[in-house]
Amino acid sequence: MSATGFLSQLLQLAIALLLAPILVGWVNQCRAWLSNRSAPPLLQPYRMIRKLFNKDAVVAENASWLFRMTPYIVFAAMALAAAIVPSLATDLPFAQAADAIALVGLFALARVFAALAAMDIGTAFGSMGARREMFVGFLAEPALLMVLFTASLISGSTSLPTIVDTLAHREFAIYPSLAFAGVAFTMVSLAENARIPIDNPATHLELTMIHEAMLLEYSARHLALLEWASALKLFNYSCIGLALFVPFGIAEGSADWLAILGATPVLIVKLAGGGFALALIETLSAKLRIFRAPEFLGTAFLLAVLGMLVNLMLGS
Amino acid sequence: MPMNIPLWAQLINLLAAVLLLLAFAMLAQRRVLTLINLFAAQGFALACSTAIVAFATHQPHLYWSVGLTLVLKVLVLPWLLHRLIVRLDVKWDVEGLINIPTTMLLGIVLVVFAFNLALPISQLANTVTRATLGIAMASVMLAFLMMITRRKAIPQVIGFLAMENGLFFAATSATYGMPMVVELGIGLDVLVAMLILGVFFFQIREQFDSLDLQHLEKLKE
Repeated sequence: MSATGFLSQLLQLAIALLLAPILVGWVNQCRAWLSNRSAPPLLQPYRMIRKLFNKDAVVAENASWLFRMTPYIVFAAMALAAAIVPSLATDLPFAQAADAIALVGLFALARVFAALAAMDIGTAFGSMGARREMFVGFLAEPALLMVLFTASLISGSTSLPTIVDTLAHREFAIYPSLAFAGVAFTMVSLAENARIPIDNPATHLELTMIHEAMLLEYSARHLALLEWASALKLFNYSCIGLALFVPFGIAEGSADWLAILGATPVLIVKLAGGGFALALIETLSAKLRIFRAPEFLGTAFLLAVLGMLVNLMLGS
Repeated sequence: MPMNIPLWAQLINLLAAVLLLLAFAMLAQRRVLTLINLFAAQGFALACSTAIVAFATHQPHLYWSVGLTLVLKVLVLPWLLHRLIVRLDVKWDVEGLINIPTTMLLGIVLVVFAFNLALPISQLANTVTRATLGIAMASVMLAFLMMITRRKAIPQVIGFLAMENGLFFAATSATYGMPMVVELGIGLDVLVAMLILGVFFFQIREQFDSLDLQHLEKLKE
């Protein structure tokens, strides 16, 4: 492990933690503008988190340790994922700890704990939200794995830094299979981040909410951590998408300190573009009924499989 | 690996993938209006790939088929179909009773079949873009599948037209284009078929008050 690698790892983690709430604020701003409303300030999620951290936590009487631990576990899982996904540099000491498959497992770990904690209290909303979350999750996970496998087929490795190195730093080539994987990944990340065709992040209407239903019993610092973790999840998914489909600008393995610093504004520009695209998709589409979700995610899975098939056919 | 094939061939591979993607989107689409727009997009992708082949292999006669594709498949036929669905008042028609996920699974099986079928054939060919033959065959078969699984008349006709798109793509990308006469003939065929089918739509609806082709399976009232 080089000193530069260690520093770039730290910088990347810090930037992920700092930028994630701003990314959520940016998406909310774009959504507001697109629907002709006046937008909340960019730092609104930060204010929310600060407000929540200053409050006293109220925990249900029959809550077990699971309920108290879950916010920390979920947040830690998302922060670890942010350290693994190469967003600034590919020389990441942490990234050797987990490849793309373990990354999907990390997301699954967070999801399982969130669902268990939601059921722990025993309210109807919590268990309903948990059931729906697991339902969406088990459909989205194979599709996400297939997308990552398509990218792995190209680079011959399931390690994300190697994939980025192959895609960004070798001779430029068009990979048609990534077109399929890109569409599939967009659909999966909409579902995984509780975005509009599957879930509405702004709703608290009992019949439609999925992710919010699981957080209903949380308050104060626990809620703040979970909100921050879901912002980090959006950030991580954006970074996986950027790493797979627009990997240009990420500093190369043996890059020096300056190149890593230079990668930061590129990342911010790419994230701003991705956030706007997300807001556009959310504004243009209507929420699906929950029973249409298998069709939506099934399509994502089939597209990812198709990407693999095209990869085998065209050899690219 | 694509490192050793030229950029234009990579672009054609990409357009082939887009063509297949659009074929799948058409298979999954419920609304007639979106189906027509997807068909026009597929025509546009086809025109682009033909133009690239024409430019890269220096075959000026292919530009004629580019123009033909653009005029016929991107402008005239979608416009005709748009006018038809407005006049038949089926613009927002949603087809029920088909299980889209099953159809798409069948589509994947067809793609695997087509790829397997095309692999030995494309190894015999000596063009750079021979690998796209499998994709072209897959999109022909997906269009077939669409014709089989749809119950209403207009999606079936769009399936027919999409099948022609796939054939045309096979011809241009795998063999660098058919003779001009053949292309003109096919183009005219499609146009005439579309006009005749347009008349058929009205006749079918006059007879049965619907465009559901299952009515045609009954021989007598």
